[in-house]
Amino acid sequence: MQTSWVPFVPPSASTLSGKLDALYFYLSGVTIFFTLLISGVLIFFVIKYRRRTPWEIPRPVAGSHKLETLWSVIPFIIAMSMFVWGAQLFFEQSRPPNNAVEVYVVGKQWMWKIQHSTGQREINELHVPAGRKIKLIMTTEDVIHDFFIPAFRIKADVIPGRYTTQWFEATKPGSYYLFCAEYCGMNHSGMIGSVVVMEPTEFDDWLGGNASQQSPAVAGQQLYETLGCVSCHGAAGEGGRGPALAGLFGRQVFLSNGQTVKADEAYIRESVVNPQAKLVAGFGPIMPTFQGQVSEEQLMQILAFIKSLQIQTPGAPGPGPAATPGAVASPTTNTRSRGR
Amino acid sequence: METFVPPVPSRINYLNAQYGLKSWLLTKDHKRIALLYLGSISFFFLVGGLYAMFIRLELLTPQADLLQSTTYNKVFTQHGIIMVFFFLIPSIPATLGNFLVPMMIGAKDLAFPRINLLSWYIYLLGGIVTIYALLAGGVDTGWTFYTPFSTTFSNSYVVATGLGIFINGFSSILTGLNFIVTIHTMRAPGMTWFRLPLFIWAHYATSLIMILGTPVIAITVLLLAFERLAHIGIFDPAAGGDPVLFQHLFWFYSHPAVYIMVLPGMGVISELIANFSRKNIFGYSFVAFSSLAIAVFGFLVWGHHLFVAGQSLYAGMIFSFLSFAVSIPSAIKVFNWTATLYKGSISYDTPMLYALGFIGLFTIGGMTGLFLAALATDVHLSDTYFVVAHFHYIMVGGTLLAYLGGLHYWWPKITGRMYPEGWGRFSALIVFVGFNLTFLPQFLLGYMGMPRRYHVYPAEFQVLHVLSTAGASILGVGLLIPLFYLIWSMRYGKIAESNPWHLPGLEWRTQSPPPTENFEYTPIVTWEAYEFAPPEETRVVGKFREEAVEKF
Repeated sequence: MQTSWVPFVPPSASTLSGKLDALYFYLSGVTIFFTLLISGVLIFFVIKYRRRTPWEIPRPVAGSHKLETLWSVIPFIIAMSMFVWGAQLFFEQSRPPNNAVEVYVVGKQWMWKIQHSTGQREINELHVPAGRKIKLIMTTEDVIHDFFIPAFRIKADVIPGRYTTQWFEATKPGSYYLFCAEYCGMNHSGMIGSVVVMEPTEFDDWLGGNASQQSPAVAGQQLYETLGCVSCHGAAGEGGRGPALAGLFGRQVFLSNGQTVKADEAYIRESVVNPQAKLVAGFGPIMPTFQGQVSEEQLMQILAFIKSLQIQTPGAPGPGPAATPGAVASPTTNTRSRGR
Repeated sequence: METFVPPVPSRINYLNAQYGLKSWLLTKDHKRIALLYLGSISFFFLVGGLYAMFIRLELLTPQADLLQSTTYNKVFTQHGIIMVFFFLIPSIPATLGNFLVPMMIGAKDLAFPRINLLSWYIYLLGGIVTIYALLAGGVDTGWTFYTPFSTTFSNSYVVATGLGIFINGFSSILTGLNFIVTIHTMRAPGMTWFRLPLFIWAHYATSLIMILGTPVIAITVLLLAFERLAHIGIFDPAAGGDPVLFQHLFWFYSHPAVYIMVLPGMGVISELIANFSRKNIFGYSFVAFSSLAIAVFGFLVWGHHLFVAGQSLYAGMIFSFLSFAVSIPSAIKVFNWTATLYKGSISYDTPMLYALGFIGLFTIGGMTGLFLAALATDVHLSDTYFVVAHFHYIMVGGTLLAYLGGLHYWWPKITGRMYPEGWGRFSALIVFVGFNLTFLPQFLLGYMGMPRRYHVYPAEFQVLHVLSTAGASILGVGLLIPLFYLIWSMRYGKIAESNPWHLPGLEWRTQSPPPTENFEYTPIVTWEAYEFAPPEETRVVGKFREEAVEKF
């Protein structure tokens, strides 16, 4: 594994890591300054004003509102500088850019299963190219895990029943630690993997060498057919008894209860697992639940397929000819492996 | 010094008023109940410390040598549960608070002596149930009990342990209730709110959190048990629940619980700093109200435990802001304590050494909390050793040091005997050095990326882990020394005067140990808190008791 040249700082290998280190050094500087200031003053007073005779009684002092104000306001200003800096960096880091390459991650006691949008699968290893933005879409089959890459300074919980995301842009080729940072049971400390950052050309070769697998969208299309989604949502997601799916992803959907919801990953997942939760306006509650019938990985494949369905001119081959917008999700689903 | 103080008359006090087991187990005397608590929390502290020893030994090497995964997971879980629920939370309030709240305000006892005894029995029952769970097979969920691991996947004794915590919560609630009523209704004539020692203000603020927060953890544990036993879908997403809901409920109590642990410590430190520098506290009302501010704002910051748990960006931002805001009252306290020393008459007795250590360590603990309140750095640091180091600085560097300082300070009053001063100073120094060596390296480990709750770890983290274990060994020795000499001093220590430190506080104006009813006469308070005799009256400081008696 790579190490850093700065002692006690992990290797710096993403566009974020340098910025985060700067904030960390600022916070450390302020901490060290105040610790030295307080202990310095403390030691000075303790020596200077030591008890010299057993019966001396110093004069009492009144407090000082000026001083109280001073040492409330100054720390508050410093704290606000930390707050603003930390929040600004966090906002920047929490919103994945639109052009990011998507990688699907499923956590499971005690391994990481990863699938690239081109179909390559990996376990406990994530290969990524340097210089490209990567967005991780993550969920778990069992308990809460946490996908933590110290060299990139990013971490996010991976939560059953929902999708969480995080993104990064790696800068330096090398191999870096991938830790599960949320305690997840017996072999938690064995849930260690690695993130391998490669030069883009090298990465393309690596992809080519592993090209035998189906892309998630194609696998999703097969599930779409075998699970029978096709009979209501149409072969190309054009809709029918069920709402149209083509062009659905990212749009606002009108619900039968009068609300609107954005068709994001979480909405689509919910509509497969629990279709009655958010009914699209104009459609009846006729879709069966797919809870327990589809694994998290299959759900992600269905999601990838639905994302790939674009509104196209009629007659176009491949996934996704035309449909009227207004759509909703298709059936598919989710196996939740229950523990004891 | 002794020349100014008449020898203490040997007479009836709360310790020798009655003899026999029954006189202890059925006592309604707050001082005896404090001693019952002292004995039982010391037992739990030793058990928790034993677990800590196993953790540090296992972490000496990157492989699993001493403990396998299942055992290690139980050991760190049980270390956390025992230390948090059965040592830290009751530590200062149930022992020193129980003993001193009535004495400091000039009352004969707490408002509800029977409820006070009941709270100890409830504590004991909670403790026994938990110990049963540990002996029967233990629990491996982490002290945080995160769902759905705790509800659906763990096959350890989750419900039994939860039951122990549930029961124990009631003892906390009863103690808090008792303190609030006592402080409101039983202050001696003349003891106005702003003459109260800051120890009392701190306990008042703590009691508010105890009665408002503890019911929430009780509800949470109950829901957890329901879900585990009956599979109702509260937290399990497969049954329509929300696993993150648990984290909200859990931290809604457990973050304020941090203030339950540290506020009484701050109260002790205010006493020590003022009394061992013979000065009134600089900015008394600021220190008093900062305790209340911490108690109130402490309820609004739980979401900073969920920055990486899929919480909305804006919720994260608000919680981050409030977390920074709650740091200000703590900063105010530190500055005021430091300013109190200015032009004081500072002695280097053991309790003062602990107090000075507290200020230094609490400063580090508080400042490193800012790293975790800031959103971006928290993302990298949460669930790493940085967090472990941070909260140990608050709970061990803060609460434990304050507890030890307070215990030494009031030891002569509690037992009627002096502890050996040389040994006291020596062990305070050892504790300080050992503590820093244990936990400073863990900040570095955290930023390097070492996750918590790992016992198998990459080899490059080993050097810092070895340092930490070395520090823990020193800390362990530093904590064992007082155990021996304090027990020794109960029999062989020098007989303590009524007022060995020559202080104005009410608890020092009665004999050591106090009589069962605390004071011979109901005291009438005519002085401000920490009002030392003006210089011209210097020579009568040691005669406070006689002076007080005359006045009544």
